[in-house]
Amino acid sequence: MKYLEIFTVESNIALNKTCFLLVLRSPVSLETVAAGQFVSIEVKGEDERILRRPISIHDVDKTNNLLYLVVQRIGKATNRLAEIKKNDEISLVFPLGNGFAIEGEKPLLIGGGVGTAPLYLLAKEFKSRGIVPDILIGARTNEQLFLTNRYSALGNLSISTEDGSVGERGLVTQNSVLKKDFDVIYSCGPTSMMRAVADLAKKRNIKCYLSLENRMACGIGACLCCVNENKEGHNVCVCTDGPVFLSDDIKL
Amino acid sequence: MEDNRLKVNIGSLELKNPVLTASGTFGYGTEYEDFLDLSALGGIVVKGTTGERREGNAYPRLAETPSGMINAVGLQNKGVEYFCKEIYPKIKDINPNVIVNVSGSSIEEYCKVASAINDLETIPAIELNISCPNVKKGGMGFGVDRQMAFEVVSEVRKIYKKHLIVKLTPNVTNIVEIAQSVEKAGANSLSLINTVLAMAVDSEKRKPLLSTITGGLSGPAIKPIALRCVWQVSHNVNIPVIGMGGIRNAADAIEFLLVGAKAVEIGTANFINPKISAEITEGLSDYLNRHGIEKITDIIGLI
Ligand SMILES: Cc1cc2nc3c(=O)[nH]c(=O)nc-3n(C[C@H](O)[C@H](O)[C@H](O)COP(=O)(O)OP(=O)(O)OC[C@H]3O[C@@H](n4cnc5c(N)ncnc54)[C@H](O)[C@@H]3O)c2cc1C
Ligand SMILES: Cc1cc2nc3c(=O)[nH]c(=O)nc-3n(C[C@H](O)[C@H](O)[C@H](O)COP(=O)(O)O)c2cc1C
Ligand code: FES
Repeated sequence: MKYLEIFTVESNIALNKTCFLLVLRSPVSLETVAAGQFVSIEVKGEDERILRRPISIHDVDKTNNLLYLVVQRIGKATNRLAEIKKNDEISLVFPLGNGFAIEGEKPLLIGGGVGTAPLYLLAKEFKSRGIVPDILIGARTNEQLFLTNRYSALGNLSISTEDGSVGERGLVTQNSVLKKDFDVIYSCGPTSMMRAVADLAKKRNIKCYLSLENRMACGIGACLCCVNENKEGHNVCVCTDGPVFLSDDIKL
Repeated sequence: MEDNRLKVNIGSLELKNPVLTASGTFGYGTEYEDFLDLSALGGIVVKGTTGERREGNAYPRLAETPSGMINAVGLQNKGVEYFCKEIYPKIKDINPNVIVNVSGSSIEEYCKVASAINDLETIPAIELNISCPNVKKGGMGFGVDRQMAFEVVSEVRKIYKKHLIVKLTPNVTNIVEIAQSVEKAGANSLSLINTVLAMAVDSEKRKPLLSTITGGLSGPAIKPIALRCVWQVSHNVNIPVIGMGGIRNAADAIEFLLVGAKAVEIGTANFINPKISAEITEGLSDYLNRHGIEKITDIIGLI
């Protein structure tokens, strides 16, 4: 079941220069929300933007009906979202898409930039099953990292920065944690990073899930704007067939 | 709640209210079932259906522009055979007016699809899309030429026995001319407008935003163009006109009725508020109450 509801802003906290954490109170139960799903937010303002914006679910507090989103300022809508304040109201369509399939005993979660956001709820899910995931976060510099202490509370955290300001210098695919043995990889981040992760997983014969962030208009499978090609050469909707795909099932 | 004052007829089609959903923006209807009562809509026009499966255009297919969006989906669908076998059984009873948008690149293809849909018992009408700007061959080609429009509609008329709606493109010099020729060819009604041929550019990357460079503009940005087209056409043909283009609230819908549309289709607004079509219907009832108007048909064509 999908809902269209007005949420109330509990808080909006800056995490670094461009990212902020939104805590939103839902008027309905969030019981069915799963890791890897997303919401579609209406961003109202004076300018003429009209479409909703898809944002991943970072965390959920089902007891208190709270939804956590991490958003990066990148353009008009996200800049406007950065300005919303406690008690503001905001319209969400949710929960959308298929979440992560939780499987494997030795999972590795690889996030790049704001793509790290949805991996938090996934890590939490593993932890609740008694599995401690490895979490690898990539960023250009330490200024782009966020909430790393919360991630390290859920798993073994490794960090790669391109400038070496924190963790290992280089790309995530060069991080030494990859020497360990894994049976499943989950990744969300820039396409170039996910492509490299998928290649690496294929070489090492590890099952790999990717979460895509294609541009969307409806978010519910009605407009066919968000498509990605699957391995049979057919276009599938990222919003309803994804956003999480097995890397072997799609062309990236 | 059903409001008898909102009933309208489009030829043989009986609509509970004049609010339908536009092709390509409402999937097959079921995508919206969590948000509104599908059976309460005036009608549902489902996705464009072609003779064979089509993958559509490459990603990116969407660019947001001031008060609108440009799409280049390009008629992605699994073909008419798949529609009849797999989709029709699931949607045949969701609404009394499930209408199939029929598209193609050749007269043969349009006829093939129309004849297959003709056999589907609960589909009372097709909307013949001779106006899609997003396919290389055919599509809009038929809708911009008076003679070609006449030919394709005449041929489909021969094999399609139920209500035939023909959807027009605004991307022409004289839309009235096309409308009249489609009427002569045997259309039972007209729907307009399809999207406006448009383009969006990323100045930073110095590249077009769509894989196809050009696409179709929809949303509030095109409403003034759509109103003009509906006004011109409805006063120059004798068949009913269904209006659309940028409608996002009841006031917009009323404007289309005032300039001569007997019903309206809601498109892009469904993406922003998936309940909008139901809300617009309620808004029409409110409008009648506020103005002490007896029934919605009383305001059609007042301008
Ligand atoms: C399923 C899904 C989950 C997402 N989760 C998150 C999340 O948790 N946090 C977050 O911050 N963002 C997330 N995004 C991305 C977010 O939706 C976009 O950043 C946002 O819509 C940008 O809107 P804007 O108006 O601020 O930018 P715009 O003004 O529309 O664009 C600014 C610039 O960013 C580029 N751009 C914008 N969106 C995309 C995109 N989807 N892909 C490629 N380039 C793009 C544009 O081309 C342009 O150059 C997600 C996207 C999807 C599809
Ligand atoms: C994503 C998208 C896909 C569309 N697909 C079709 C289609 O398959 N067939 C068709 O006749 N019109 C199609 N249209 C056009 C709409 O049905 C409608 O004519 C147009 O969008 C104008 O109405 P609006 O401004 O309310 O959206 C599409 C529009 C959009 C935005
Ligand atoms: S965004 Fe409309 S189909 Fe995916």
